Formats: sequence, structure tokens, C-alpha cells
Amino acid sequence: MHHVTLDRWSRGASALHRRDPRVKIAAVLVFLVVLATAHRELAWLGAAMFVILCIAARQARIPLAGVLARAGVVLPFTIVFAAVSWLAGDAARGAALVMKSYLSALAVLLLVSTTPLPVLLRGFEMTGAPRFLLMVAQFLYRYLFVISEEAQHMRKAAMARGATVGGMAGNAARFRAAAGALAVLFARSYGRAEEIHRAMLARSFPGYFRPLVELHFHPGDITFLVLGMLTPIALRVLIERVA
Amino acid sequence: MSPLILVRGLRYRYDDGTAALNGVDFRLDTGETVALLGANGSGKTTFALHLNGLLSGEGTVEVCGVPVNPKNLAEVRRKIGLVFQDSESQLFMPTVLEDVAFGPLNHGLGPQKAAERAMAALQQVGMSAAAGKAPYHLSAGEKKRVAIAGILAVEPDILVLDEPTTFLDPPGQRALGQLLSALPQAKILITHDMQFARAMCSRAAFFKNGVIAEEGSVEQMARRYEWDFIAPRTT
Repeated sequence: MHHVTLDRWSRGASALHRRDPRVKIAAVLVFLVVLATAHRELAWLGAAMFVILCIAARQARIPLAGVLARAGVVLPFTIVFAAVSWLAGDAARGAALVMKSYLSALAVLLLVSTTPLPVLLRGFEMTGAPRFLLMVAQFLYRYLFVISEEAQHMRKAAMARGATVGGMAGNAARFRAAAGALAVLFARSYGRAEEIHRAMLARSFPGYFRPLVELHFHPGDITFLVLGMLTPIALRVLIERVA
Repeated sequence: MSPLILVRGLRYRYDDGTAALNGVDFRLDTGETVALLGANGSGKTTFALHLNGLLSGEGTVEVCGVPVNPKNLAEVRRKIGLVFQDSESQLFMPTVLEDVAFGPLNHGLGPQKAAERAMAALQQVGMSAAAGKAPYHLSAGEKKRVAIAGILAVEPDILVLDEPTTFLDPPGQRALGQLLSALPQAKILITHDMQFARAMCSRAAFFKNGVIAEEGSVEQMARRYEWDFIAPRTT
């Protein structure tokens, strides 16, 4: 696990990190609903929300460039749909789609980057999210790292035996080798995942993770909850009124 | 005196039809440290997984007088701690403290009590300074110590360690030996490291083709089965 950037960020000690996960979840939920249902003055609203998210990231001492770049992971998907809208003659709708999806990803990323995953899932659980779904999320998160680790091991082994990194275009043999390596990767990851699951069972894993921290509301959480829920609503009302 | 572990006629066959255990009888008494020796694939690890209820075959397995069956798994797993060969697979939580507290939390301790228990276990293995670190930042020896702490935090009566010296350098092996010697629990060590087995174990059981072929001292087993590394002659 050499690349757990989000996990490292989530272990910070800023005021945002210290907030109860439930209030952060509620604030992000309101943010997403306000953003998703907006359809007037989107450029201004988007800019204002972007600034708020950047301020939050700075306040949480998360590298701004890093978090902005990571939020861009949604763009390849949304740009396709935006292009379809643009080709259909509705460029504004395409732009709104890109803006909304990017800002939504950024908000969710901020939530994940300021809350350790076990605590976040505990927060979701206490707000009534299905436990089974949360367990699947946690396993998915853990096993993504397993696959990544195995891929790194295989890459090192291949390089040590003279493999070179290069494109596959026009090279059927390379493509076949890569496809075979991918199959081996999944088989190895599966084996490793079984080992981990066995180790968890050996220590009486009951089917869900019990976090080491207990969740308690503090006065700061109430303030954050009020501010976090009212700010996006107030911004939208204000911008739409002024316009 | 009733044994800590009593196994009678244990048989197990993997899903692909491979017979891994063909009638194992075994006994472990209080304070003993026993080495399980034998070739790769002879059934040692499969046997160990039965002690913790991770596998279930024919025959009877009792841990501290409790039969190992689905109804008693929680109780059995509180009494017997299993340290896996690859610590990487055993350490799966984001921080060392959370990982060590994983067992106590699952056994119903509250977060504060579990954290105290985890810190005590980390102190026992000399790793309390690493409590806030991510497990993947540790050396192989440190990972092994943390994995052992994760088991000690549950306060088991028996420790089962699968290839404990694998990946450890000689100073790491020495440190592990000292740590294990200082622990009061009865122990089962699955190992190919005869030097380590000689230093740690009062008795050895030799696995062959899914059964315990013979029991005796480590020295007797080493001689009987020629189970020592001998450097090849050079001309």
C-alpha cells in the first residue's frame, strides 16, 4: 500500500477532520442536492461553490492541486456525455454536466479526505445506511489496494526479467502477454484477498468493522452542521435573486 | 491435567479432492512449546487452520475443553491466536493501533478498553512507539511483532505461529525468539528453521502425508528425518 494518499490525508488534525462524520455527510448531501437541482446562473453558482470547496481544502491542509487533480477522475466519463449534448446542439447543458459532476466529485473527495474510512462508514451506518452496503464498500476499498500491491509486485518481477514498458499498439504479442498478466494478477489478488479474509476471521471478524473511535457530537459539530447546510442554499438563493 | 488442545482422528480433503489430513492425533499441554515439522504440503498449516476453526474436517478438535464447531467459534478464537506466515496479509487496518485493537473490538470490548488492551500488547512486543503508524511503513520484523501483538491483545491461552522466522534477518529472529520465550502461553510453531525449533521447542511432531508420523524431541526428529540443512560439498 504505497499510494494511500486519501487515507493519509484523512488522518489529518484540522478542524474539518475533527468534525463528526455525520455532520460532514449531511453537509455534503445538501451541497450535492443544491448543486444537482440548480439550473439558473450555473456559472456563478459553480464558481462560488468551487471557491468554498477550495477554502475547505486549504482549511483542512489538504494539497489543493492534488485534490483538484483527483476530482478530475470523473471528467473522462462526463465529457463523453457533455460531447453528446454539445453535438445535439445543447452546449450549455453539456457544460453544466461537466461542472456539476466535477464539483460533486470534489465535495465527495473532500469528505473522504477529511474522514478516515472506518469512521466515515461508522457515520454512514449511524445515519441509517445499510450495513451490508457499507461492508461491501469497505472490502472494495481494501481489496483495491490488494490488486494494486500485486500489480506492483508483478511489475517489478517482470522488469527484473527484462520486460520493458511500452505501448501495445500494433503489437499483438505484447497485447496477449498483457492480457495473460492481467488474468494472473486477478488470480493472485484473489488468493491474497482470501488470505486476508482468513486472517480477519481468525480474529473473530463479525462481518462488519467496529471502529476504535466513538462518535460524539460537540458544539463545533452543531455549528458546522448549520453552516454546512445553510451556506450552499443561501448561496444559490442569493445568486438567483441577484441575477 | 486436561490438555489445552486435543485432536482425534482429524481428516480433511480440499475441494479439489486433495487429501490434506489423513487422521491426525495431537495433544498440547499447558506451558508446552511444540514444533510442527515436515515437508511443504504435508498438512501442517491445514492442521493449524483447524485449531482456529478456519477449516472444518472430520474428527474432533477441542481447545481448552471446548469443541471447535460453528457454535463455539468466538470462544475458541478467544483462546487460540493464529499468527500467519505472511504478516502483510494479517495487518489490514490503516494504523498499527487499529489493527491490534481489531480482535478485542470483535470480542465485544468497548473502543477505550480495546485501545488500552492494544497499547498493552504493543508494549509487550516493544512496538508501542509505532501505534500511530501505517503497518506498511514497518520492517518485516516489526510487522511480525505487530501481528503477534494483534493476537496477544485478545489474551489467548495458546499461540500458533506459522513459519514465524520467514522474512526475518538473524537479529530479527533472535528478537522474536526472546519475545516468544518471555510469553507464558503454550505455543505451536510451524517451522522449517531447525535452529529456531531447537532453541524454542521442548517437543516436535513430524508431519508426513497428512498424518503425524512421529513425535519426540526436535533433535530426534532432525536425525530421524535428516531435517537439517547440510552445505553441499565443494571440490
